[in-house]
Amino acid sequence: MTPSSAIEVSGLVKHFGSVRALDGIDLVAPQGQVLGLLGPNGAGKTTLVRVLATLLRPDAGSAHVLGLDVQHEAAQLRERIGLAGQYAAVDENLTGLENLTMVGRLYGARRRPARARGRELLERFELTDAESRPAKTYSGGMRRRLDLAAALVARPPVLFLDEPTTGLDPRSRLSLWEVIEGLVAEGTTVLLTTQYLDEADRLADNIAVIDHGRLIAEGTPDQLKDRLGGERLEVRLDAGADPDVAVRALASMSDDPPTAEDCVVKLAVRERSGAIVEAVQRLSDAGVGVDDLDLRRPTLDDVFLALTGHVAEEHAADEEKVGEPA
Amino acid sequence: MRRLVTDTLIIAERNLIRLPRAPELLIGFTVQPIMFVLLFRYVFGGAISTPGYSYVDYLIPGIIVQNIAFGGFATALGLNEDVRKGLIDRFRSLPMSRAAVLGGRTLADVATNTLSMTILLITGVIIGFTFNTTISDAVAGIALLLLFGYAFSWFLAFLGLLASSPESVNSFGFIAVFPLTFISSAFVPVASMPDGLRQFAEVNPFTIVVDAIRHLWLGAPAGNNVWGAVAWSLAIIAVFAPLAVARYRRAAGR
Repeated sequence: MTPSSAIEVSGLVKHFGSVRALDGIDLVAPQGQVLGLLGPNGAGKTTLVRVLATLLRPDAGSAHVLGLDVQHEAAQLRERIGLAGQYAAVDENLTGLENLTMVGRLYGARRRPARARGRELLERFELTDAESRPAKTYSGGMRRRLDLAAALVARPPVLFLDEPTTGLDPRSRLSLWEVIEGLVAEGTTVLLTTQYLDEADRLADNIAVIDHGRLIAEGTPDQLKDRLGGERLEVRLDAGADPDVAVRALASMSDDPPTAEDCVVKLAVRERSGAIVEAVQRLSDAGVGVDDLDLRRPTLDDVFLALTGHVAEEHAADEEKVGEPA
Repeated sequence: MRRLVTDTLIIAERNLIRLPRAPELLIGFTVQPIMFVLLFRYVFGGAISTPGYSYVDYLIPGIIVQNIAFGGFATALGLNEDVRKGLIDRFRSLPMSRAAVLGGRTLADVATNTLSMTILLITGVIIGFTFNTTISDAVAGIALLLLFGYAFSWFLAFLGLLASSPESVNSFGFIAVFPLTFISSAFVPVASMPDGLRQFAEVNPFTIVVDAIRHLWLGAPAGNNVWGAVAWSLAIIAVFAPLAVARYRRAAGR
């Protein structure tokens, strides 16, 4: 265990009945960084967070957070972690301030300091105007912010965020992202699960992709994208143009054969510079008309598709919900 | 240990603060009991013969015991909601006492039971109920009621953690609590019941508790009822507190 790693997981296994929710996960998260845990619903993300947050005992393997064993030093560990869940776990019938004061007191603070800390967090999360309204009157975004505030009451050095923006509107997502970035700037280590590739792309220093309880890829967002090999070129042909001719014309620009679907030809180019000019040249020589042309970095969507063989979002709910009780 | 006490009080406070904000629950503790008293006193009461007592004197101890049993539904529904909404996860991720979530919940019921008992006693006095014993006996009766109510909250805590939804809390709860309260001496003399029901009513802890309260408030013959009621209360706690705690661990620890 090196002092610079906040989270160390090795060989973690957890079964729910016959489902292996975690199937031997190894993972390291450096201190002060954001580790994004990316995967479809039922991949085991939530299970992993619950093990790390001391809510769930693993069947095998070990996990340490800040050097503390999640099983045998759970009590000390709970003083130093914050958890914000998929569903905003606040008491709907308490006001924002009452919720935060209660959590502060359960961390062992006296009433007055707990209230003061609650006020401070409400201000930071722009909830001061709503501090004396029951949380049930809050919007979805406000509840998430309150939930996150509750996780921050004791200024935990490690924060677990389980799908923090699922179900939020774009504006609320953005404001939550900014809050998370602010926390990281102050030195908090964050483990973030998400199904959203843009979220992982924006927030995470490192990404671990898991599927079916296994780690299938790990690296920085750039490294993961590089594994797909270079830029993606997408060419939309003129209606009536022959895609096969275009594929033959462009084939030698890529290591893998281009794909053609309807009137769109896609390929991963070896060289970014000059790729557009060269493609236009070749197509024009072959007599294929071009309607539109786009050169872009691969997105994490491409990465996910390539790694798991399925698209991230569509794989949802049904399959392993049994394995991950809400 | 100090942690257990402070955390229990914090959770109890939380459950009491939220009570007035859930009006449907508050109505259950206030308006509904009064309705039942008036219903039994004026609609059924005239047709029920209770030798030795006026029906209002007979009724009030019984209906208070019934109400206290229903008071525990706040625990059952509250815990069920906490599990479903993920609040239990939050509590379990905090460095707080493990037992405080259930302890605070059941403790809050003692406060709400005190409230509904007070409302019922005042209503009772207005329509003619009178204490017929010493003050210390009357107070002992109140203490016994709160003890029994506390015990019953543990049964309902277990139920609330067992059930998958508030709807099933209600239906399981009613199926369990209705026969227990109605097939007892709470509203009619047990002697008036047919064989089968009568034997059940005689050993029903609700009969024992109601008869104990009638002894302490009206001077009815005691038999072993007072000690029987205390023993039943302690037995219910001894059985259902560990069951509820085990269920809590499972509900939260998956």
